[in-house]
Amino acid sequence: MSTDAATSLTVTVTINGRRVPRTVEPRLLLVHLLREQVGLTGTHVGCDTSNCGACTVLLDGEAVKSCTVLAAQADGTEVTTVEGLAAPDGTMSAVQEGFRQEHGLQCGYCTPGMLMATTSLLADDPDPDEAAIRSALEGNLCRCTGYQMIVNAVRWAAERGGATVAGEPLVRTETPVEVTR
Amino acid sequence: MIPAPFGYVRATSSDEALAALASHGDEAKLLAGGHSLLPLMKLRLATPAVLVDVGRVPDLGYIRVEGDEVAIGALARHRDIERSAELRAACPVLGHVAGQVGDPQVRARGTLGGSLAHGDAASDLPAAVLALDGTLVVDGPRGRREVAAREFFVGFLETALEPDEMLVEVRVPVTGDAGWSYQKFTRRAQDWAVVGAVAVARGDGAAGALVNMGSRPLRADAVEQALADGATAADASGLAAAGTEPSADLHASTDYRRHLARVLTGRALVAAGVA
Repeated sequence: MSTDAATSLTVTVTINGRRVPRTVEPRLLLVHLLREQVGLTGTHVGCDTSNCGACTVLLDGEAVKSCTVLAAQADGTEVTTVEGLAAPDGTMSAVQEGFRQEHGLQCGYCTPGMLMATTSLLADDPDPDEAAIRSALEGNLCRCTGYQMIVNAVRWAAERGGATVAGEPLVRTETPVEVTR
Repeated sequence: MIPAPFGYVRATSSDEALAALASHGDEAKLLAGGHSLLPLMKLRLATPAVLVDVGRVPDLGYIRVEGDEVAIGALARHRDIERSAELRAACPVLGHVAGQVGDPQVRARGTLGGSLAHGDAASDLPAAVLALDGTLVVDGPRGRREVAAREFFVGFLETALEPDEMLVEVRVPVTGDAGWSYQKFTRRAQDWAVVGAVAVARGDGAAGALVNMGSRPLRADAVEQALADGATAADASGLAAAGTEPSADLHASTDYRRHLARVLTGRALVAAGVA
């Protein structure tokens, strides 16, 4: 390995199932790669301080805040944005449909992040109660709804299909823990 | 907000990371999960010339229960610690505290080593590792060394790590069934603690540590001594703010923080079963 510091690098991120190579500055944030270089503007920038969760995407299946991840860190990973949630035929995922049926939004600004965080939650816990839902969505701020309709939307999704990405169940792989006694 | 330009080195082993640190000196910073460093860089409060990305160094994300100790690789993420049933059984307070950091998205990226190396007095995990009398294993050009948690947190965002060293492992004792508690007072969900108090019961009373009561995480020495001398939890917790100089901000004055330290320490001791 060279210890020389690169001022640009080529990253390849699989975004919604499509391999996307790009040459980027090290300081480029994942959210800007998605929005400005790839044109996927469904991922929103809200607070830009890893607080509000509007920029939440799935990174290798887990919800992260893309305003606080470098594109360089996402090299070689699989990223799912809100544009990748629906099935290939356009059928919305249960999570998307739940937010529609239960009116889990007003202005919609936080909604992409809410959908991604909810998808990640339901992969961990397919049957969360209200307290678990509120806890799991603590990193996503909505200034319109008061959250009650969002909780209802998550329950709707939990009861009708759970976590899916592009029509397939989102499966979590756990890190094995070594136990030496 | 976009960080100032920097050079990027991706290390694929801790040796590579150490070589990069050696070659770039104190202009370089290690990048793990990035959830302490990148927000500072976006605000331009930190402008390292070089980031050495250790996020892909393999074999540093382990959680091993080894006899009477738990050894955790520096790159173990908060979510892994939070969700590890083995860790929860061996050292439940650490699993619980990891689950109190930020929010799920933050815990998916942030690492134990990163949080400790950042050394923020307002963070949850440094105080927990301090209360547990953890050991921090540091690698560097002069070889490996072990630093007791009591010696590790030196000052405001300052630790015993030298610029050319890297934290590689954290060891905490198996506490098993010993009582424990973490009382975290926040104004908003997902926030940093306005003040927090950790308590872990032990033979002569309890070990305690305080979050956000000074420039670095603090052991509740006066409380521990009082308990060892036979004081009740209620009396001992009255000493929690002794000698502390917490900051004042929008959320709390200095006096209010001292009040919180006493109240939260009292609650933590009771919840930990310390009479």
